Amino acid sequence: MNRRENLKLLFTGSVGTGLLLAGCSPEEQAIPENALLAGGTIGGRTAEEKQRDQELLSETFFTEDERKKLSTLVDIIMPKDDESPAATEVGVVDFMEFMMKDQPGNQTRMRGGLMWLDFEADEKFGKSFNELSESEVITIVDEVAWPDSAKPEYEGGVRWFNMLRNLTCSGYFSTPEGWKYMGYVGNTPNAWDGVPQEVMDKHGVKLEEKYIPQYLKPEDRGTIIQWDDEGNIIG
Amino acid sequence: MSFQIKNSGEAYDVIIVGSGAGGGMASKILSEAGLSVAVVEAGGDFDPAKEEDRTQLRPPWESPRRGAGTRIRPFGDFDAAIGGWDIDGEPYTRKNGTEFDWFRSRMVGGRTNHWGRISLRFGPNDFKRASIDGLGHDWPIGYDDLKPYYDKVDKLIGVFGTKEGIYNEPDGFFLPPPKPRLHELYMKKGADKVGIPMIPSRLSMLTRPISKERGVCFFCSQCNRACQVHADFSAGTCLVHPAMKKGKVDLYTHSMVRKVTTDESGKATGVSFVSKEDMKEYKLKSRVVVLGASACESARIMMNSKSKSHPDGIGNSSGMVGRYLHDSTGTDRMAIVPSMMDRQRYNEDGVGGLHMYTPWWGDNKKLDFARGYHIEYWGGMGQPAYGTGGSMDSMRKYIKDEFGEPSPNGGYGVGLKKDIRKIYGSTMGMSGRGESVPMYDNYCEIDPNTVDKYGIPVLRFNYNWTDQEVKQAKHMHDTFEEILTEAGGILLGSKPGPETKYGLLAPGRIIHEVGTTRMGNDAATSVLNSNCQAHDCDNLFVVDAGPFVSQADKNPTWTILALAWRTSDYIVGELKKKNI
Repeated sequence: MNRRENLKLLFTGSVGTGLLLAGCSPEEQAIPENALLAGGTIGGRTAEEKQRDQELLSETFFTEDERKKLSTLVDIIMPKDDESPAATEVGVVDFMEFMMKDQPGNQTRMRGGLMWLDFEADEKFGKSFNELSESEVITIVDEVAWPDSAKPEYEGGVRWFNMLRNLTCSGYFSTPEGWKYMGYVGNTPNAWDGVPQEVMDKHGVKLEEKYIPQYLKPEDRGTIIQWDDEGNIIG
Repeated sequence: MSFQIKNSGEAYDVIIVGSGAGGGMASKILSEAGLSVAVVEAGGDFDPAKEEDRTQLRPPWESPRRGAGTRIRPFGDFDAAIGGWDIDGEPYTRKNGTEFDWFRSRMVGGRTNHWGRISLRFGPNDFKRASIDGLGHDWPIGYDDLKPYYDKVDKLIGVFGTKEGIYNEPDGFFLPPPKPRLHELYMKKGADKVGIPMIPSRLSMLTRPISKERGVCFFCSQCNRACQVHADFSAGTCLVHPAMKKGKVDLYTHSMVRKVTTDESGKATGVSFVSKEDMKEYKLKSRVVVLGASACESARIMMNSKSKSHPDGIGNSSGMVGRYLHDSTGTDRMAIVPSMMDRQRYNEDGVGGLHMYTPWWGDNKKLDFARGYHIEYWGGMGQPAYGTGGSMDSMRKYIKDEFGEPSPNGGYGVGLKKDIRKIYGSTMGMSGRGESVPMYDNYCEIDPNTVDKYGIPVLRFNYNWTDQEVKQAKHMHDTFEEILTEAGGILLGSKPGPETKYGLLAPGRIIHEVGTTRMGNDAATSVLNSNCQAHDCDNLFVVDAGPFVSQADKNPTWTILALAWRTSDYIVGELKKKNI
């Protein structure tokens, strides 16, 4: 399904479209990036689910100051390179905003970590985190980004940064750009006919001889199956 | 059909409570016999072929949580099953500090919208465990009683697999299985070295068509989201909806059954239920009541159906309702395979589940635990979604650069991004799912102090694993380590020890709970006779997994379906003979 079809579905489907479309004619409205995020999950939603998504989307967790810190950090974790965009370009901060409200158990830890950044920035550089230079930011990030070599006093900071890294990666690879970078080529209808021969050869594995005649042959997928009384396939 | 209410007007021949595997099968067989049927379901209607119900083929960015689980969809935001471990306003409680987790789905098709479609027949030994090891009890029926029904279920619903000739893993009428994926071929190498069998799995997905009514699998790997072309089995798409199309079947949705009603003589007269739409009480009448609400929910309804003639609840004169509750055992392990890192990309989705599995191979007479287990395998280049790229704080060290230097754990930047791409598709794991020994002291009962939001008393669980299950879990982990290591994997995490019962998951977690209304020839020690008819109420039947005397080391659904078909045939016969 392409993006246009997705959008059509959004406009005509059963999802509550009020937030996104208030006051606009769908056909004329330019679709902002990550528009789908604005509407809650699509497909098979119960009334309770729709309501909850809308409630979460209407609330705000991060302050502007926190969003700025996060924007700096997620682009350090997943920066732009010659093959793929930076985390902020694919909406990772918006994703985190939603996840904080969806899984509120992480809120205190996340906020605590963001507050600690200012403490640490003040201790080291006499500034708030958002005022730091790039190299100063990296100095602080390096204190908590390497679990095996971090100093014991940064143990809590390491745990926070692990969560931040995990969330950033979740938000990054669950996008069209993330799929492209990963080289994911599934989720397209096909007839599975096994691992390509050259891949099996490279990995030194092979199909068991006795099963080869029994495996599904893609060309048989259109024919209704027939068995004899013993369960042998005869057509 | 949408929601509708009927007030005790015309009586039905049969009322079926629940629309999962058992209730669905009963609705089909009974309506095909010309009987008028009411299916009473606690959740809403659901058909994945309808665009508004479709979650299949949605990419993670169509979910603001990118597919992460929620309270009502703990297995992911696009999982088809609506309900979960903790349903708002429908609590359950536990006793004596014990554990039991109860997964429920409130929708047409019930939990058949969630399961992995592993469709194994019980074997001859699985009905006679007490005769083999002296623990628990034998079933009053054997494999030969169910074989014709298993055959019919295979043909009606469709299951792929291979004929293997293994005595306790009976063959059936199989569709051709899909070829294995790369991680399954690795696992097979490991299993061969350890001397453990691994054969094509047996899942109810249509690799070839069985009729013109349902589509054929197009390999999106998302059966848990329910298939829009009906190429996988769920009770809604394969049983309830076809029954409604052809026969006299009324579906009552959002209807929470409080109790089975009875007359002076103790015969069942119908059910009383609360409509979730208007929170009012309604009654339906019928000649026969069939419970298929799930093992625990049916037991709850029976225990709540107290009357002068059934002071302890209908069907409960033996006091056995709720007793012998047991679930499959389960524990898992995972490894990372260096030679699978940075591997070639291709569409590896396959079907929604394992392409190969290991049936129980051991001889329990030579082991220190009584019952066996099967092994499920997982891995592959699945859809990147919520969770992808996680745990690099502990897993990144397994990635080596071109000079053989390991990456540091954690970190950030272009290097981290590249390492995540390298590690993608290189982890794999296995899960053991085993048979437990049914115990009188493992049970659910009515909690005298708690009701749900419909005012219906709720269940309270008491459940302890025994040494048999704990030792089995230890054996699972020994086996996992051997296979994963021999397959070329580096084990992740640490091996669980006795302090965690060797990683044995809490009872209920495998969602195979059975035994609460068990069948037997002795009315003093069982709830139902060998036709799943209540000993003390001859027009009351149970068609879910409650009647199981013992849960094999298999998934229960195929046996629920076969047993429900057999029970339905019996009901038709008894009605014809005017015995009920």
